[in-house]
Amino acid sequence: MIVIIQYLAAALILVGSIFALLASIGVLRLPDLYTRMHAASKAGAVGAGFILIAIALLSNDIPIILRALAGFFFLLLTTPVSAHLLAQASWRAGYKPAASTVINDLDAEIQSHS
Amino acid sequence: MNILLLTLVLAFIWATITGTFGLLNLLLGAAVGFAALFILRAYLAPPRALRQIRRLLSLMGLFLYQLLLSAVRVAAIVVRPNMRETLRPAIIAVPLDVKSNAEITLLANLITLTPGTLSTVISEDKSKLFVHVITLESREALIADIKDGFEKKVIEVFSNDG
Repeated sequence: MIVIIQYLAAALILVGSIFALLASIGVLRLPDLYTRMHAASKAGAVGAGFILIAIALLSNDIPIILRALAGFFFLLLTTPVSAHLLAQASWRAGYKPAASTVINDLDAEIQSHS
Repeated sequence: MNILLLTLVLAFIWATITGTFGLLNLLLGAAVGFAALFILRAYLAPPRALRQIRRLLSLMGLFLYQLLLSAVRVAAIVVRPNMRETLRPAIIAVPLDVKSNAEITLLANLITLTPGTLSTVISEDKSKLFVHVITLESREALIADIKDGFEKKVIEVFSNDG
């Protein structure tokens, strides 16, 4: 039983690290901040989340398990907030989406405001 | 949920995060939790029916599944050699039916962590949410997706008819 849990945790750490790696590749390759936030917020959160769950599985210590799960929960709670704030702040600062953007309803919004 | 129960829950979370379950630490957690609740008392929602808790759990289940799906999808996009041809980024205005700040916050967070979509800006009158899409299929499909999926669930969780 313990061996199974250890293999499961090892697999979770591996998959989590792969997600974190792919998230950083995404941040490097994607064309603008808005698309980059997709990679950073989703793949990044899942990667870190998997590693936290693996820690919860491996430690036989109730406080550590609870803290790892609390960390997972707060990670999911805070990641979208920071991604949203970064996107909103960059729009307010006048940062334009990449030229490949097909539709931008925000342009119409700017015109109706001015 | 009344204040007393919430204080107990917060004390427990405090003990969880600080890592010690001693009586003194639990009391300290209860004091901090009660102070936070006292500051926030005007914003605390009225009691919820059991059915709403079940709806909330079903929303969380849907959400975790969608989150995994979205991470896989965005990971699959960024490793493609012809990534730039695959991308069809767009910013779409989605009209909102939800009204309260709490509902909009929950919906915006859910949108951000689900496949291909990211909340960017909320219009000043809170009637529209501007959603960034990484691979757009069609504007109508996206809006229908959000309105029939998460927005419906969020309204269910927050409605008091149950």
